[in-house]
Amino acid sequence: MILVDEFRDRDVALRIARVIGAEARPERSYAFMEFCGGHTHAIFRYAIEDLLPANIRMVHGPGCPVCVLPIGRIDAAIALAGQPGVTLCTYGDVLRVPGSHRRSLLKAKAEGADIRVVYSPMDAVKLAQASPDRQVVFLAVGFETTTPPTAVVVLEAERLGLANFSVFCNHVLTPPAIAAILDSPEAQGGALRLDGIIGPAHVSAVTGSRAFARFPRDYGQPVVITGFEPLDVLQAILMLVRQANAGRGEIENQFTRGVTEDGNRHAQGLMARVFESRETFAWRGLGQLPASGIRLRPEFAAWDAERRFSLPEPEAEPPTACRCGAILRGLARPADCRLFGTGCTPDNPIGACMVSSEGACAAEWAYGRARHRGKETA
Amino acid sequence: MSNRLPPGPAIDWDHGRIDLSHGSGGRAMAQLIDELFVAAFDNPILGQMNDQAQFDAAPGRMVMTTDSYVISPMVFPGGDIGSLAVHGTINDVAMAGAVPMYLSSAFILEEGLPLADLRRVVASMAAASREAGVPIVTGDTKVVEKGKGDGIFINTTGIGRVPPGIAIGGDRARPGDAILVNGTIGDHGMAVLSQRESLGFETTLKSDSAALHGLVARMIAAVPGIACLRDPTRGGLATTLNELATQSGVGMVLDEAAIPIRAEVRAACELLGLDALYSANEGKLIAICPGECAADLLAAMRSHPLGAQSAIVGRVVADADRLVVMETAFGGRRIVDWLAGIQLPRIC
Repeated sequence: MILVDEFRDRDVALRIARVIGAEARPERSYAFMEFCGGHTHAIFRYAIEDLLPANIRMVHGPGCPVCVLPIGRIDAAIALAGQPGVTLCTYGDVLRVPGSHRRSLLKAKAEGADIRVVYSPMDAVKLAQASPDRQVVFLAVGFETTTPPTAVVVLEAERLGLANFSVFCNHVLTPPAIAAILDSPEAQGGALRLDGIIGPAHVSAVTGSRAFARFPRDYGQPVVITGFEPLDVLQAILMLVRQANAGRGEIENQFTRGVTEDGNRHAQGLMARVFESRETFAWRGLGQLPASGIRLRPEFAAWDAERRFSLPEPEAEPPTACRCGAILRGLARPADCRLFGTGCTPDNPIGACMVSSEGACAAEWAYGRARHRGKETA
Repeated sequence: MSNRLPPGPAIDWDHGRIDLSHGSGGRAMAQLIDELFVAAFDNPILGQMNDQAQFDAAPGRMVMTTDSYVISPMVFPGGDIGSLAVHGTINDVAMAGAVPMYLSSAFILEEGLPLADLRRVVASMAAASREAGVPIVTGDTKVVEKGKGDGIFINTTGIGRVPPGIAIGGDRARPGDAILVNGTIGDHGMAVLSQRESLGFETTLKSDSAALHGLVARMIAAVPGIACLRDPTRGGLATTLNELATQSGVGMVLDEAAIPIRAEVRAACELLGLDALYSANEGKLIAICPGECAADLLAAMRSHPLGAQSAIVGRVVADADRLVVMETAFGGRRIVDWLAGIQLPRIC
């Protein structure tokens, strides 16, 4: 027993699906947004929509950390990696995210920039210790899940007095992005109608479910925090159907094995100690969102790459047929983009949604195509 | 020991390191070749000490293949770069149904490499070659300056002979054929990954690195009509099946529940956000044969120690799009695509 198959049991899934089918009211429709890319991935990988009645639709949200990284920040990272003496470390997925002019960190690496993939930010600290003649920069991305480890390495660099280590912080916060979608003209005007939100799994393990309580309270939106396994997602959909049917707007926690109301206080404390809110941060697809990003506090300026290095101002983003922005806001589906599967594939991504396995386009490409084609013969 | 060389300092095998003189063509290089490579690989053809190996050609169809080995770390659970360089090339020969006959080996060594490391790798290579019964009959050694290599790179070339009546190729899969594998998938890739200093998770996993020509001989004896054999090394089962589907102009349907994967491999993949289907193997093969022969082939494979966990994992179908599709244990169908880029862990 490795606690994997237990949450992927087909028979249990069919039982939950039958209950959903019985309780979903045929006279109405349901649109639920899963915020997290991890949920998007699970929904595609396990073809969960095939188990749902036709009047329940899943809307894919912007919760894929590399997908929402704006072009300007990628360009800045490429410029940073190109500076003499700099070694840039980051998580693997970030390497393939396209910046301006179809450039990426992967291409910069091929051209000679010293860019390393790390699995933990602590590896970047170790690299800095082992390479005193290099300036090692950790390109930090991600939501609240990956932020505490970044806080830990900043504190570690301070403890070690590491002068050749810094963090290029691109961490963003989940609740402002959800608020931005609910406040968007499309949501307010009815073009994007949502009947409930599947709340983040791992993010909530850090923040606690309480961090999402404002959405039921202020917007009347039902929220169910849930895990990334298919049975988790199905159970959450059932809970959202029940809330919607009862006219309730509450926060419920399906993922009790990982999430508490208060979350991980220690991790929250680390984040608060090291980071402060930015006034605004640009998200790919969502634009500038107030208080949605964080940066190092001034007392950690010595380890802040944005203060240590001069970084280029972001270029204006050229017009493109790529519909990542609309897809990230829940307004379009991957197949609505005319680049999908033609100009834009995982081997040659134009938009960031095609890069990460958590991006809606990459998930549709990997798993969705099998459902949209004729059966083979044999 | 060397009796053809002028006298000189003895090699310090315990503390010495490769320096540029070991690749210069001079006395130090000849000494290294004599005391290390010739002594370890010892066989009559290599003992001719010419710039080439001379041997009688066998009648019939020959196969030849070459492969370079750059694995990092050079020692991993279940093997090292030396045994891998023997197994990998033997397997490429064997995937034609051929009997491997001879290997060559070319070393590119980085200045500063501890001689003790080199000796260990060469000993392991010699042991693998002897165990497989395939001698290393010619070779080459080059030394590059520090920073221009990564310890040891090895290239091996293999040649072999195809038994009469055997015609195996990646273009021969047909709808109705069965797809088999000879055991658990992804062991090598995950075992190597566990040793990367940046990852270092604790596992008892070992590489499956092994020479498969004995298994192949038993398979073609049982089912001479095997259509395709291929070893799913880099890119794993998924990528190799896509190669075969493209080459044969067919589709494939896999049964996820039938694919043997160790619990440790599955758990590590879950943790790291990887897919075992794309994880490398070095002692596995994919066999495709007519559906009506599948039971016989499976029995033959299971009768061999390297095939005890063999399984029928899918079938070949007609599909103009040449897609590999998997029927998942959860009941869905998904496309098992070519690997895009390199397999990287997800970040959240």
